Amino acid sequence: MSEPDAAKRQETAVTSDAIDSPLLEIDGLRKEFGGVVAVDGATFSVAEGSLTGLIGPNGAGKSTTFNCITGIHEPTGGRVTFDGQDITGLAPYTLANRGLVRTFQIARELSDMTVLENVMLAPGGQVGESVVRSVTPGLRGDVIRDEADVRDRAWETLEFFEIDHLAHENAGNLSGGQRKLLEMARVLMTDPEMILLDEPLAGVNPTLEEKLLERIHELRREQGLTFLLVEHDMDVIMNNCEHIIVMHQGSVLAEGDAETITSDERVLEAYLGGDV
Amino acid sequence: MSAVDSVRDRLDALPDVGLVVGFIASIWAVMLVLAIAVGGANWANLAVGFIGSVTVLIGGYAILALALNLQWGYTGLFNIGIAGFMAVGAYTTAVLTAPTDPAAGAVPGLGLPLWVGLIGGMAMAAIIGGLAALPALRLKADYLAIVTVAFSEIIRLVVNWDGLAEFSLFGAPVGTGGATGISFKSANDVAAGLVNGVGQPLVTAADGIGVSGPNLANLTYGVILLLVVAASYWVLTRITNSPFGRVLKAIREDETVTQSLGKDTRRFKIKTFMIGCALMGLAGVLFRGQAGYISPQQFRPTITFYVFAALIIGGSGSNTGSIIGAATFSGLLFYLPARLGENISLGGTRAPGNIIDAVGGLASLDPLPLLAYIISNVSTLRFVLIGVVLIYIIQNQPEGLLGHRNEPATSVSLDRPQSRSGGEADE
Amino acid sequence: MGIAEFARDGRVVLGDRPGAAVVAAVSGFLLLDLVAKLAGTTVFFLGTRLLGGSLTVGSLLSMVVDGLLVGLAVGLAGIGLSMTYSILDFANFAHGDTVTAGAFLGWVAAYITAGLGTGAPISELFMLNSGRQLSTVSTFLPVLLGLVVAGVGSIGVVLLVDRLTYRPMREADNISLLIASIGVALAMRYLIAFVFGTQTSGVASGGLRVTVLSTVSVTDNEITLLVVSLLLMLGVHLLLQRTKLGKAMRAMADNEDLARVTGIPTERVIRLTWILGGSLAGIGGYLLVLESGTISFNFGWILLLLIFAAVIVGGIGSIYGAMAGGVLIGLVDSLALIWLPSGLSRASAFLVLIVVLLLRPSGIFGGVSTA
Repeated sequence: MSEPDAAKRQETAVTSDAIDSPLLEIDGLRKEFGGVVAVDGATFSVAEGSLTGLIGPNGAGKSTTFNCITGIHEPTGGRVTFDGQDITGLAPYTLANRGLVRTFQIARELSDMTVLENVMLAPGGQVGESVVRSVTPGLRGDVIRDEADVRDRAWETLEFFEIDHLAHENAGNLSGGQRKLLEMARVLMTDPEMILLDEPLAGVNPTLEEKLLERIHELRREQGLTFLLVEHDMDVIMNNCEHIIVMHQGSVLAEGDAETITSDERVLEAYLGGDV
Repeated sequence: MSAVDSVRDRLDALPDVGLVVGFIASIWAVMLVLAIAVGGANWANLAVGFIGSVTVLIGGYAILALALNLQWGYTGLFNIGIAGFMAVGAYTTAVLTAPTDPAAGAVPGLGLPLWVGLIGGMAMAAIIGGLAALPALRLKADYLAIVTVAFSEIIRLVVNWDGLAEFSLFGAPVGTGGATGISFKSANDVAAGLVNGVGQPLVTAADGIGVSGPNLANLTYGVILLLVVAASYWVLTRITNSPFGRVLKAIREDETVTQSLGKDTRRFKIKTFMIGCALMGLAGVLFRGQAGYISPQQFRPTITFYVFAALIIGGSGSNTGSIIGAATFSGLLFYLPARLGENISLGGTRAPGNIIDAVGGLASLDPLPLLAYIISNVSTLRFVLIGVVLIYIIQNQPEGLLGHRNEPATSVSLDRPQSRSGGEADE
Repeated sequence: MGIAEFARDGRVVLGDRPGAAVVAAVSGFLLLDLVAKLAGTTVFFLGTRLLGGSLTVGSLLSMVVDGLLVGLAVGLAGIGLSMTYSILDFANFAHGDTVTAGAFLGWVAAYITAGLGTGAPISELFMLNSGRQLSTVSTFLPVLLGLVVAGVGSIGVVLLVDRLTYRPMREADNISLLIASIGVALAMRYLIAFVFGTQTSGVASGGLRVTVLSTVSVTDNEITLLVVSLLLMLGVHLLLQRTKLGKAMRAMADNEDLARVTGIPTERVIRLTWILGGSLAGIGGYLLVLESGTISFNFGWILLLLIFAAVIVGGIGSIYGAMAGGVLIGLVDSLALIWLPSGLSRASAFLVLIVVLLLRPSGIFGGVSTA
């Protein structure tokens, strides 16, 4: 990542509970599928530079909320604001260009392309994504220069996640854990401001889990990235997220830090009582 | 390791240009052998005739296969309306270049030079492709297939319609010629001009061994077409071996993920579709319109399926595979069987007129009538062969000859950079 | 509801669904034009003819009858395509050639039967070459026999094709199956051409003319088409609703994995899908030839896109949809002559196909159920 951007972000990194500079705001979000109401007036905020957790029993509406934020579904109602701008219902590609990206619960690696190709795909504004520039003899020089930069960044990113030895491997041949790392590497290459992680640790072994969390914290510290994390592993959430949002039956039940949440009776009841 | 895998390994070892040239040269060799075997004293003329015709076929199908490879092999856009876009290109060129004062009963045009017509044809095909793409590209593959073939048939019906046979374009009389077709500037004439001009010494030499002028001109045209193929290959390789090509591959793999990474996939798909259609329009003129005459019958959907067969044989997803597949298809499956059928005779046995008589011979243990019938109908049977080959490939070797290659979609070498500053600290 | 609300709602509908609005507007215009034509009036606007012309009720009725008849046969043939699409999950591009194959089998049987004892050589009869034109009235038994052979023979053809081509690829994705079906189409079509040649043969013509509603005349062959189609459609309906097999097929069309889990023998259901679809395709082809009078090696292929149109308009997977879609497309194809010149009328059916795929891909009867 470029040095000046990283330094600037570090200044605004937040480590306290107060949501005084929210990067992402969800207001009264609602999503209906036919007659089923999956998200019913969800309202919460995510502070800039934070690692926020989103939890809730099965069917609480977490994935649907994610999909509504990231443009996969169009919300039936409510508003999503990112960096002060209304992004409700915008297409996924627009959001990525504004710095909001996501990973997928079931890792969607582009299996017929190599790991390196997967990662080099991600950065925005690549000069070579124009047909004319790719073909015209004079202009292709710019493409080649830009590609070289992208390639170098790609190698760095792969090394950061320790999957550089798999660079020329077809992504389809990776193990489950390696694919998760690839997902993270890929979204990181888009130079985002906020990453939504959809169950990034599902099916990941403890060593890898630790490494991944370490990387996430490092990215927060060094570059001021904001993370919103959906996870089922309570320990991970409690130990890592400074702010936790609990969803239940489509809306927000409670929010606060780990202590507040674990001592909230409604939360306990939701998990024990309403478990699917 | 299966036989196919070992063949593939040997193919992979050769550089692409060598592979293509070698392949085409082998087909030429086969044609030469056939000509010698059946031509008698006339072998030289026959050889040039065969080689010329097969080269034109290879050239035409190669351009089409390259175009389809861009759309389908790379981007996953299942376009089986190829015939329609060929028609758009051919008819636009025809309208632009047909003589303003044609012979009696012929259709007039704008009389422009051929090169203007070619550019116009390609542009029109691209535009029509873009218009069709706007609503249709969000459809899933099989629906897109049906829409494109329906669209292609509508185009054919429109150019077949006598209402447009002659009409007025901004005051100038033009027309499509309806069902009877239209004559316009012949691309073949360019080849003939070259041959009779600078190629005059060659003509004299050829004549010395009995090769006719037209055959030589046809061969020249075939070579020119191969040059067009080479140019298309060059352009397409630059497109696919670039970040643009990378996005195309990603779209074919998983469009949602590609969008989530910030790519406006719709724009990429439309651009790709238009480029492919422009090439199909070019093939429409240079292939179907070689002799300067086209009619609606030449643009039936069936040619689309032949291009598909060619691409699948060669390996969808590989530009080199497209050319190899086109050569295999047109040379070995399309052209060769027909020539064999024409030239093989069983002593004096006359082929029966229908299958009953042919099979009837078996009753008296005489296989000759049936064999003779089969040989005289090889033109028909080769399509059965093509169908069976297609089925076999899709069942057993769906990647064709070269589709297994992972041609990296990048414009630079992907090796780990040698100089890294402070990279160690991350480990 | 006030006018203001109505106008606002209307604008929302039009704005949200411009495609639907355009279709509605075009249909409205065509309807007005039809009424004007029937009334014999012409509406001019700024010197050019906008609406109207002339059209007799008789011509209109005979177009309707034509469209209905062709539509019924296309609908019959379409049932098989629709079922294959939903149960086997791929677009079968060889379906048109199945129609051709069944038709040839049936007509050869009919011709040979009719020609027995007339002294015509077998080769002539087999090649449908004797010049004789059969009609229901004059050669009832041969025509009936041909019908049965068309149905039964097609079953053999599709089962063989499935065994050789699709069964080894049961788990393949739908595009691969589609491509395989293209190979099958080529192979079948040119085998037929190899055996029967590429000419068009005249094999049937109406023997008896009947006037209906004192304006429209139909032939005995056309009546046969009507009666057989309706009977078969009724039969299929009973099969689906009353039998265990029919229920199983409907279940499988909805969700194959679920069907497997609940123990419905799917390989058996697949075979029965082919049997039902194939036989109806062959019979449909036979009837189409009976009505049109001519047969050629690629007539089914030429009809394929029309059959696709019927299936998609009616809704893939819906058998009733295929029947309704067939009739609808038949009518579109025929009635298009009111507004379009004959060279372009076929394009209207294709245009309807494209519009339906773009605006409402699930078709009229929407959804995936086979009922």
